[in-house]
Amino acid sequence: MYIVIVGAGKVGWNLARELMQKRHEVTLIESDRRRYLVVEQELEHAAQYGDGTELWVLERAGIQRADMVIAVTGDDEDNILICQMAKEKFLCERIIARANNPRNLQHFKLLGIQPAVSATDLILRLIEHEVPKYGMVHLLDLAEDRLEIIELEVADAAPAAGRPVRDIQMPTGSLIISVLRSDGGFVPSPDTVVEAGDEVLVVLDPGLEDEITRHFIGDGQPDDD
Amino acid sequence: MFVLIVGAGRVGSAVAKATLAAGHEISVLDEDPLSHERLDKDQRDSWEDSGGQFTLGTALEIDALLEAGIERADVFIAATNGDNTNLVIAQIARRRFNVPKVIVRVLDPYRAQWYEEQGLHTICPTQHAIVMFERAVLGDDAGAVAARG
Repeated sequence: MYIVIVGAGKVGWNLARELMQKRHEVTLIESDRRRYLVVEQELEHAAQYGDGTELWVLERAGIQRADMVIAVTGDDEDNILICQMAKEKFLCERIIARANNPRNLQHFKLLGIQPAVSATDLILRLIEHEVPKYGMVHLLDLAEDRLEIIELEVADAAPAAGRPVRDIQMPTGSLIISVLRSDGGFVPSPDTVVEAGDEVLVVLDPGLEDEITRHFIGDGQPDDD
Repeated sequence: MFVLIVGAGRVGSAVAKATLAAGHEISVLDEDPLSHERLDKDQRDSWEDSGGQFTLGTALEIDALLEAGIERADVFIAATNGDNTNLVIAQIARRRFNVPKVIVRVLDPYRAQWYEEQGLHTICPTQHAIVMFERAVLGDDAGAVAARG
């Protein structure tokens, strides 16, 4: 693949390095002269100096033939514009944008810049993973497809504990897709007995969380401690 | 007419004052408190006493735009010192808040031209300067050059 990356900060530089090691062709564009000179010592001709929000700079980098454009500058407006021009002017099919401020994710979405990745958002999710509220963790939102995947730990006194999957009355629009146990994860059959301490992954239509959670927590009430 | 101007530098503040003087309702949003002084300068009364509104905040913050009254704006002018900021907030005004008239300042002629083609009303001071310089240097011969834009 030919990949154009705009922004040679820590994210951009490391991305370029990794992608080149995987034998992709990469151009990394950086607008700060001093930063560019540092990066260029390692990446040589793969690094280009210029403002990646200027059309001619993108054209010089060969954006017309890029399979993917990744905008990871420190400015959300710049990342939005770069991806918008990549997609709508240069008809690049795959774009990835970095949202520095998670509050700006709504603007990326409004202007069709997807996927937009926010490190803050990812870390927040990891924190939720470490400190699960009511034992439920959001793993993935397939927003466009209106689906979610969540992870739940089965509590000792949960209605589902000790029952085969077929007897757990999951609401329509949801499905247990994996069971994670100390000896590894597997895809359950209807006969698989869910045990207390298991972690189950459930795919669901948004909005069913509460109904599903009830099967896997102690007495139907969230544990406050 | 209710006009919302984001970015009260030399251009934004001058347009704001002229709009107010013309008897329209005007709201200004800027992240720099100094820009408020620019609005007060050379005026008999303060900006607020003259009927103007001023909101301190950054353009990409929806709360700031709401406070500045974007929901009832008839005209939205994006005139901050950043082309990309202007182009993003102009599109937010148009697509999210359905502001009937959106005008955006873009210094880079190429970006201005492309976004104009995408349906935004762009004003490019650089392009005007280029034309004026060409006329000053080349006289009547500049016509052909300017038309190429």
